[in-house]
Amino acid sequence: MSKDNQILEEFTSKEYEHGWSVNYEADEAPAGLNEDIIRWISSKKEEPEWLLEWRLKAFRTWLDMKEPEWANVKYPKVDLQALKYYSAPKQKNKPKSLDEVDPELLQIYERLGISLNEQKKLQGIAVDAVLDSVSVGTTFKESLSKLGIIFCSFSEAVQEHPELVQKYLGSVVPISDNYYAALNSAVFSDGSFCYIPKGVRCPMELSTYFRINAANTGQFERTLIVAEEGSYVSYLEGCTAPQRDENQLHAAVVEIYAEKNSEVKYSTVQNWFPGDKDGKGGIYNFVTKRGICAGDYSKISWTQVETGSAVTWKYPSCILKGDYSVGEFYSVAVTNNYQQADTGTKMIHIGKNTKSRIVSKGISAGYSQNSYRGQVQVMKRAVNSRNFSQCDSLLMGDKCGAHTFPYIDIQNSSAKVEHEATTSKIGEDQIFYCNQRGIDTEDAVALIVNGYAKEVLNQLPMEFAVEAQKLLALTLEGSVG
Amino acid sequence: MLTIKNLHASIEGNEILRGINLEVKAGEVHAIMGPNGSGKSTLASVLAGREEYEISEGEVIFQGKDLLEMAPEERAREGVFLAFQYPVEIPGVSTTNFLRTAVNQVREYRGKEALDAVKFLSVMKEKMKLVEIDQKLLSRSLNEGFSGGEKKRNEIFQMAMLEPTLSILDETDSGLDIDALRIVSSGVNKLKTPQTATIVVTHYQRLLDYIVPDYVHVLYNGKIVKSGSKELALELEEKGYDWIKEEAESASV
Repeated sequence: MSKDNQILEEFTSKEYEHGWSVNYEADEAPAGLNEDIIRWISSKKEEPEWLLEWRLKAFRTWLDMKEPEWANVKYPKVDLQALKYYSAPKQKNKPKSLDEVDPELLQIYERLGISLNEQKKLQGIAVDAVLDSVSVGTTFKESLSKLGIIFCSFSEAVQEHPELVQKYLGSVVPISDNYYAALNSAVFSDGSFCYIPKGVRCPMELSTYFRINAANTGQFERTLIVAEEGSYVSYLEGCTAPQRDENQLHAAVVEIYAEKNSEVKYSTVQNWFPGDKDGKGGIYNFVTKRGICAGDYSKISWTQVETGSAVTWKYPSCILKGDYSVGEFYSVAVTNNYQQADTGTKMIHIGKNTKSRIVSKGISAGYSQNSYRGQVQVMKRAVNSRNFSQCDSLLMGDKCGAHTFPYIDIQNSSAKVEHEATTSKIGEDQIFYCNQRGIDTEDAVALIVNGYAKEVLNQLPMEFAVEAQKLLALTLEGSVG
Repeated sequence: MLTIKNLHASIEGNEILRGINLEVKAGEVHAIMGPNGSGKSTLASVLAGREEYEISEGEVIFQGKDLLEMAPEERAREGVFLAFQYPVEIPGVSTTNFLRTAVNQVREYRGKEALDAVKFLSVMKEKMKLVEIDQKLLSRSLNEGFSGGEKKRNEIFQMAMLEPTLSILDETDSGLDIDALRIVSSGVNKLKTPQTATIVVTHYQRLLDYIVPDYVHVLYNGKIVKSGSKELALELEEKGYDWIKEEAESASV
């Protein structure tokens, strides 16, 4: 084994640090997937009739759909009938505010380094914490509501703001969109809802923290963000799960609706359990994320740092419908050991003078496979639209793979589309150079990887960027060699 | 400070160093000269701890410690610095950021507290003057897109920041114009103290006009075949290496 490989190997064999789980009494649906289960979930959540109908319609649509197989990933199929579709920690009374939330649940988040205590919280971030199927608490709700901002759990939004939910739910990702989106539409249990009224600039970062705790459950959350004319919001999403031997399914849907002149920035640091060193266990992350720039001059920006999950299948996309609207996608996807990621974006240019930018940085180590899959589509009406795509791959060791699948479909000759791609390796030379200056190998790899991913990390809000940097180093610890 | 005894090193089965003996004391400057392929750069790499070389025989004692037992980063922290012939590029990592990581790891090893951003910057400003390096260059990605001269100046700047006991300059003069050569050497000279030592590996005598050596050694075929004072360098400049080769070969027959 060359020295390169040896260092890489040591560097990538680090254990997952959020692998613990907590025993609490849970309120669970029986295992299985059928119309009765959907009715059970809907009634549990005291949903209005239209939403139950919507779910059932999604379920019936889903029954006719097939699991997609075009992605460059291999995994044993999930037995969807063996899963439980609802699991919630039992709480005696429905908490009206954070003070009433069971301290034991709050502790789960404390342990993850996320304080839901508003006094202790870092300034400037409001959190909605989702545990398994339900939201356990949302911070800063009141101060945000003074500005007219609605930030709450999805279930609460269904009760308090049904007209908004009904108007926008499924407007960006229709129920028939794809297999997992249809499944999510049928069985989703909770998630976050965010509404920024006209002309309001949200003064703090909003964030959702997803945690899967229960075994044999799927997590199907739904996030809906609506930005009215001239508004701005920056939204963060973080995720972890316990270490379990079996695979767990996470099939979320995120919809963003951006009106004229509004801007939505959505950042994800995904750290689901990736499976152990031998590829056992880990989360299947089959997620549909899409935003529509419905109004002119609107902007949606996705930034993702993907380090976890056994299998990832995720393409945060932008539909650029409004003239002069802008879509951005910045991604760092790290795969190690036996992880597989097939991730990228879609930029659909419909309006005139629309612009999109894609910066994707893949890092593969161990025996992992990392694919970028992206689609740039320029429709007939999209005069003068522009796209710039850059897809870089960094390989660590000689047993992993990096793949790029760009699809470009141009129907308007005035479009300007650029695509750049590079593949590189962390060199023994670079590591030796760092060593010679007194930097040990682990820090050297972290330094080099962070340098490589810098363009994307720079897009993250400050605190998140620091977290992401640490996470990159941790994920790759033991992988250089 | 440094004692090399009968050092043999090979790469992929080819023996490059065939019994090097060298003694370097504090305060001294040693020049290692020799024709292409004589093993000069290999010696520098072996001292710094490049792992592709296999050491088959001999020992290297640095300040009473077995240097060959140490990992490259330990050698650096103990005070061995190598100015690279071909400095490596690290995209996205600024020289400042790189050096701050390095300096603080070295300080930690030496039992000193880490420098905070403000202190680090003030130390940096002071050392920047030594090699007339511009701060803008230091905030760019390490060595990426640097000219030959900028790269070498950056090496000496790093040397100034890390305060090594033993500095090895591997063909630092290659690719330098006369002005850059002057700046780089004057930086090296200013860093010299009675407690530190320098090994200058070079092809040409020209660098030794600026960094004046106490001893000159000629490396040929993996051995030091001749040692002398700085006048030896002038003699080599004038007569070339052939007479050394002949001498060495007739001696070995």
